[in-house]
Amino acid sequence: MRQILTVANKEFHDGLRNRWLISITLIFALLSIGLTYFGAAASGAVGVASLSTTVASLASLAVFLIPLIALLLSYDSFVGEQESGTLLLLLTYPLSKSQLLLGKFIGQGSIIALATLLGFGSSAVLLYFQLGDIQVLTSFSVFIVSAILLGLSFTAISYLISLSVSEKSKAAGFALITWFLFALAFDLALLALLVGVEQGITQAGLTQLMMLNPADIFRLVNLSGLDSSDVNGALAVAINASLSQGQLFTALFAWVALPLSIAIFIFKRKKL
Amino acid sequence: MSTPLVSLTDAGISYQQLDALKSVTMHLNQGEVMGLFGHNGAGKTTMMKLILGVISPSRGTVEVMGMAPDSKEAWHCRSKVGYLPENVSFYEQLTGLEVLTYFAKLKGFNKKQAIDLLEQVGITHAMKRQVKTYSKGMRQRLGLAQAFIGEPKLLLLDEPTVGLDPIATRDFYKTVDQLKSNGSSVILCSHVLPGVEQHIDRAMILSTGQLLAMGTLAQLRQQAALPVAIKPFGLNGSVVNDSKLNSFLTANCPNTLLVPEQEKMKVLKQLLSHEGLDDLQVETANLEQVYQHFLLKHESGEKK
Repeated sequence: MRQILTVANKEFHDGLRNRWLISITLIFALLSIGLTYFGAAASGAVGVASLSTTVASLASLAVFLIPLIALLLSYDSFVGEQESGTLLLLLTYPLSKSQLLLGKFIGQGSIIALATLLGFGSSAVLLYFQLGDIQVLTSFSVFIVSAILLGLSFTAISYLISLSVSEKSKAAGFALITWFLFALAFDLALLALLVGVEQGITQAGLTQLMMLNPADIFRLVNLSGLDSSDVNGALAVAINASLSQGQLFTALFAWVALPLSIAIFIFKRKKL
Repeated sequence: MSTPLVSLTDAGISYQQLDALKSVTMHLNQGEVMGLFGHNGAGKTTMMKLILGVISPSRGTVEVMGMAPDSKEAWHCRSKVGYLPENVSFYEQLTGLEVLTYFAKLKGFNKKQAIDLLEQVGITHAMKRQVKTYSKGMRQRLGLAQAFIGEPKLLLLDEPTVGLDPIATRDFYKTVDQLKSNGSSVILCSHVLPGVEQHIDRAMILSTGQLLAMGTLAQLRQQAALPVAIKPFGLNGSVVNDSKLNSFLTANCPNTLLVPEQEKMKVLKQLLSHEGLDDLQVETANLEQVYQHFLLKHESGEKK
């Protein structure tokens, strides 16, 4: 455990030193405060929009940003250390591969989690003072917790990439493709399936398909509680056949644990 | 006699069709310094990785401190092993002290030990600076400090003196001698040969994963049967006329006698009987020549 914490501590301080924490927090805070205040601008008014509109806009934003940031933060975690030779050195230390991986995960995960908490938390506090509604805090807790899980999931996925390739530039390429597939292509494909194939897929089937993408689970978590008027596309269909919040969180959690376990498995078999 | 600290028995490793290391048998005793020589791709690093337990042998056995280094039981032995990899660039954005503290903590030590080690390798003045500002020599010193964490019982050093200036090299060998007198064993891996001879007890010569020769320098010299070069001064060609001596002259070096080791004293006495002799240079084959000899022999053997 001490070894894991030593690694985690180092990774966390790397995140502080590289200004990752501060820049992610600022990006999240600025965007979420901006959306909170100007979310209603489309309907011609400046001021705090309704809670559901705000959460819906924040979720659509976070679903693109968080995976991208998590992938950027961690894609070179292993391949970078492999290239500089420190990975081989670390493995001659009394430090197991799973300890190293978990340590990195805790360290970099903390960066993502803290940035999400501070960045989006700031607008939650702001909105709470404006509306004085306790509903704000509950909605935002769900939003922030699911956003953190989304971030952790993509951190784990980027470890998979980082451990499977032998060059940093390749890892960057794969990270970008992964982001594109999960954040954009997957939904387009679902929509195409929905529109293109008549009676091809049931609502339940669609929801199950969405479980294959952590970004979609994140959307479902945050949008299922809202007025469907704020939601459109494939999601709106899925929401009607929605799973319970608990099931969705379990699925999201599985999307953290599963890639992480596979990453450990790959790491253990990796030849250096 | 205690059991050897490191022992390889017919250990070999293959990647697909490639034999990175054919069966190698070697033993390293406590307090012994072994030089491991070979050109690039000879299997030096592979052998080190085997001993470190980073990779497992495809055949044969490897034992370090009585255990297989890749097993779980050998876990606690790892803090007793120091390793300096050949190509390592430490976390550039961290300071030297931060890098060393990180590694020290992973071995169960603290910042204080890290500072002491930095002092030992002589980069205390730069410890608060980021590693990216370090010169090659300073990086190498940092790497050495890292390998010295926790006074290891076994040290594996891959090209330790690359990038070190002569004074730092001397300091480095002093440290090796010191560690040796404290009972640590060292495996020094190098293709830079001069300077290393007086610090190693035994040498191993590897080529394309095969062990060509192993033994003390004297043993290797004997095996190689390389002649001793004797260069007399002041004889003005009388050597050519001396029937006992002229057979040792070769066309390539007309002023030097190439004498087999066992004939050395006889020839020297004969030379001393010449009145005009005012100086003598006697050079026994150095490690480099021995190394060349074994490599050439191996290569010509392969061609047949």
